[in-house]
Amino acid sequence: MLNTAILIVSGMLCVALILNLWRLLHGPDLSDRILALDTMYINSIALILLYGMHMGTNLYFEAALLIAMLGFVSTVALCKYLLRGDIIE
Amino acid sequence: MKRFRWLPMPVHSVLLFVVWLLLNNTLAPGHLVLGAFLALAIPLLCAPLQTPQPIVHRPLLAIRYAFRVLGDIVVANIEVALLVMGPMRKLRPSFVAVPLDITSDLPLTVLASTVSLTPGTVSAELSDDQRWLYVHALHLTDEQALIETIKTRYEAPLKEIFAC
Amino acid sequence: MNFWVELLITILLLIGGVFVLIGSIGLSRLPDFYTRLHAPTKATTVGMGGILIASMLMMSVNQGYLSLHELLITLFLLITAPITAHMLAKTALHHENPALQRTRAQHLIASAREQQPPAPADHE
Repeated sequence: MLNTAILIVSGMLCVALILNLWRLLHGPDLSDRILALDTMYINSIALILLYGMHMGTNLYFEAALLIAMLGFVSTVALCKYLLRGDIIE
Repeated sequence: MKRFRWLPMPVHSVLLFVVWLLLNNTLAPGHLVLGAFLALAIPLLCAPLQTPQPIVHRPLLAIRYAFRVLGDIVVANIEVALLVMGPMRKLRPSFVAVPLDITSDLPLTVLASTVSLTPGTVSAELSDDQRWLYVHALHLTDEQALIETIKTRYEAPLKEIFAC
Repeated sequence: MNFWVELLITILLLIGGVFVLIGSIGLSRLPDFYTRLHAPTKATTVGMGGILIASMLMMSVNQGYLSLHELLITLFLLITAPITAHMLAKTALHHENPALQRTRAQHLIASAREQQPPAPADHE
């Protein structure tokens, strides 16, 4: 039961990632694209954790944590760049 | 010269200790010692960078507030999910300006974050004089009711917690 | 593994997956940027929470000791989600993203961009 559920949820996450990718490529404005990137990294954290559950290992936790932190910082840096035209003022 | 203090930021020390143990996912004695050392050393190095913030006067109320916000997050999520799956023509998005009573930075940050996470609203901008919070609502039926909810449900407890 | 524990983990996983998917559907479906901002920031918090708690439970049961470190990612996402939303909203206001035609109180956009107190409405 659990393995089937993991596979189904992985499929859902892949569909979600494709929808995000569509918004990333199509997005009428730059902020739409940043929002799509932001959602994509959050979904990829979920995908990595699911892979870890599928393999029954704890090793992927660090990767997920690093993606969460770097994703947040890069989103804020991109927003700052669009707001000010500069990252370090 | 200020008197030297061994524990300049007690709350941060506890937080660092807990996060270190969570990161290593262990309670081994070696990590307890290393975590305690880091929890003492890092605040000593970082104390000069501190900006004065209002302290929490009512810790029990703060914990209750956190649980209430967690409950509201679940409700808000279900609401937004229903709106997203529903017909787009029915959506009535709107901007709202909420007058604020609290002034210092930390309570304002907490309030803006709560507003973003909870009832179908995102905080968009704060006015320069920190008296108005601009909020975007996904589906708004009654503007006054929304302002009333934010002020009584979230701002009043925060005002009491930080005593400002 | 105990049947009931397995059922609980499955339900949590499915709830998480459904909410994350709805967040992405909202991202691609909603009409303008300000409404689009709502779907990922909200739907994703519960979605990620469900998946992370399921992972935590499964690791704890599999390894025989309490494994709490997934809580770190949950808390981190919970703290950072509103901050990203706020920064993105600021960026959109600064770039004068067009709001949906039927958005009410549009006169507030200009004063929000200038970080001024709200200007009185011309007509309601």
